[in-house]
Amino acid sequence: MTEIPHPPARPWRAWLRGVTAAEPAKRVQFDAPLLPWLFLLPQLAVVAVFFYWPSVQAVTSSFYLEDPFGFGATFVGMENYTDALGNAQYRSIAGFTVVFTALVTAFSLGLGLLLAVKADAVIRGNAAYKTLLIAVYAIAPPVAGLIGMMFFDQHIGPFVTLAGWFGWDMKVGLNYTDTAFAMILVSVWKQVPYNFIFFLSGLQAVPVSVREAAVIDCRNGWRRFRTVTLPLLAPTAFFLLIINITYALFDTFGIIDVMVKDKPANNPMTLVYKVYLDGFRGNDVGGSSAQSVILMIVVFALTIAQFRFLERRIHYS
Amino acid sequence: MQKTIFTAGALILAANAAFADATNITWWHGMGGRNEEVINEVAQKFNAAQAACMITPVSKGTYEEALAAGIAAFRSGEQPNILQVFDAGAATIINAPGATIAAEDLLTQAGHSFDREAFIPGVRHFFADASGKFIGMPFNSSAPIMYINTEAFEKAGVQPPKTWEEFEAAAPKLKEAGYIPMTASQLTWQFTENFFSRNNIQFASNANGYDGFEGTTLNVTDPNLLMMFQKLKDWSDAGLYAYYGAGWADNQKPFEEGKVAMWIGSSGSFGGLAKTAVMPFSADFLPYWGSIEGAGTSSFIGGAALFAMSGKPEAENKCSADFFSFLTTTEVQKFYHEATGYVAITTAAYEAAKADGWYDKNPVAEVGIQQLQLPAGEWSKGYRLGFYPQIRSIMEREYNRIFAGETTVEDAFKAIEAEGNELLVRFAKTSG
Repeated sequence: MTEIPHPPARPWRAWLRGVTAAEPAKRVQFDAPLLPWLFLLPQLAVVAVFFYWPSVQAVTSSFYLEDPFGFGATFVGMENYTDALGNAQYRSIAGFTVVFTALVTAFSLGLGLLLAVKADAVIRGNAAYKTLLIAVYAIAPPVAGLIGMMFFDQHIGPFVTLAGWFGWDMKVGLNYTDTAFAMILVSVWKQVPYNFIFFLSGLQAVPVSVREAAVIDCRNGWRRFRTVTLPLLAPTAFFLLIINITYALFDTFGIIDVMVKDKPANNPMTLVYKVYLDGFRGNDVGGSSAQSVILMIVVFALTIAQFRFLERRIHYS
Repeated sequence: MQKTIFTAGALILAANAAFADATNITWWHGMGGRNEEVINEVAQKFNAAQAACMITPVSKGTYEEALAAGIAAFRSGEQPNILQVFDAGAATIINAPGATIAAEDLLTQAGHSFDREAFIPGVRHFFADASGKFIGMPFNSSAPIMYINTEAFEKAGVQPPKTWEEFEAAAPKLKEAGYIPMTASQLTWQFTENFFSRNNIQFASNANGYDGFEGTTLNVTDPNLLMMFQKLKDWSDAGLYAYYGAGWADNQKPFEEGKVAMWIGSSGSFGGLAKTAVMPFSADFLPYWGSIEGAGTSSFIGGAALFAMSGKPEAENKCSADFFSFLTTTEVQKFYHEATGYVAITTAAYEAAKADGWYDKNPVAEVGIQQLQLPAGEWSKGYRLGFYPQIRSIMEREYNRIFAGETTVEDAFKAIEAEGNELLVRFAKTSG
């Protein structure tokens, strides 16, 4: 068996990372040129059927106004886009989505890291701590939403009672800010264990020799963490940042759906939920497609930006 | 173990053989819980009553999900024979004439007789076209009614109100007696759509949208409607009315717990309430304004209807027709009405339930039907508005903002009118 060489050159990746220097050509591994494609075929088929084909459909129908049953479609050009972007409610939902994503990402990353660092330092009974912290990850988003809803129920919610002691008359489902608070709290609670697992394994991968050397060099724990541990954790953190942004943008759907109980009213929601509402509840295929295309562009731009501007600061060992 | 499998296999084979000649049809619906069980019972009764057809009901989740699933299936040619569509989705499906076969045509083509007059007046129009032809077959029909905590009214020494003026006079005494005088579960249905029908006021141009989608506009800045919501807001500020958001259950729960004197809910809530309420309760009509001339007319039905989807073989359509015909028989209607609390849709079934003494035992069960049988006004037959589920969402948003103090009643309805009209224009384009 031959030694497995480095991955082949990927110029697009170099461009994404802002690296312009050409990498040396790598050895070709397959003799038959079609063989790698054959191996790739199942994966490509899955991607084509479940991603490219629906995407093309979405882009096409975003230029049409269509009756739900598909009897007739009128070409309206960019009207679906201008209607969506010109709508004050759509813009306010977009604003909320940005705030929601930023807060959920920041808090779930921050808390996950804090807990991982603390759990890493625990020696006695650390398995019990870890299991307890990780267990939450096994809860499905709608179930998390349901549990959250029970905590924040206007009539019987313990969290509402607790807030009442501090003079906070919480009305989740009626008051915009209160609902936003509950939504963010449940979303963060759901995501912290995931971050915790990755940060913890990232921490445990930091070599003992490095840690010991750092202890000799610097007695200040915070500074040691900031200058030695954190840079070594950077690849993990970058990966988690992308995962968390995706989570806040898309995977919180189940939580939001349960929390607004099918009646969004003036409650906060994310752009993905709006796509669902207009498309599946309102049967406005064109408008909903336009919104999903907008979302697709945003995510695409975000991903490029992350790779281009953030990843170049990270050094993979 | 092997024997069990063998027996099970043999049974399945036998069952298949028995139904081998039967034409299979499917029925997608959006009911859960007890209502889903009753649907299964109705289907079993149909399958047992004849041998030519075999119906299979499938729950697709909620009303919205059932409609979305039906549409998606139609687009890929996999539609069920029968689809249940709820009130707010009526325009969506009736506007797509190629998607369905009108219930009346289906029945007459299959050789069944059809008499519009056999249905109680309140259910005749909502799922029919402008000429009164039944497109959907009314199935589970409900009316918004007022549930009364009898203890609360006794303690306060006042009578349950017939009009909102009477409520205004009685509410402070109910509050003094330690109760929240009123909650209501779906303001869009109870205080908007049915406000127009109960007080006989026009809801939208083009005869509430029945005459066509082109140029239809909402009439939600009607001064009477603004007055109703200003009153609700004032009552809410004075502690005479409590609003717990757009969720149905949040507003029903305090009534079940006996904290509220009266709750505006659905006639279909009766079955559930009978199990959950901790105190004795009765019911009466949804109040109206004595000060509005001509008010006090009937409400229109909420709930849902069954639509026969097109593109199915003749034999299956015949079975759908047989099933529709079976549904409207007095026996089945009476069974369904008594098992669920939804109103009986034919006069004969209503009379049968009455003769049976059902309403002597359950007077609350009769309130919805009686309200639907009140004299109809020009505007009490309902509405036919496109993208209506989204218009409802806009209303829910603005109503929340009114009670949170974020907007005034007038601004809220201006916003509903403006955004609602934009949606109606969009809908007119999809049907154009």
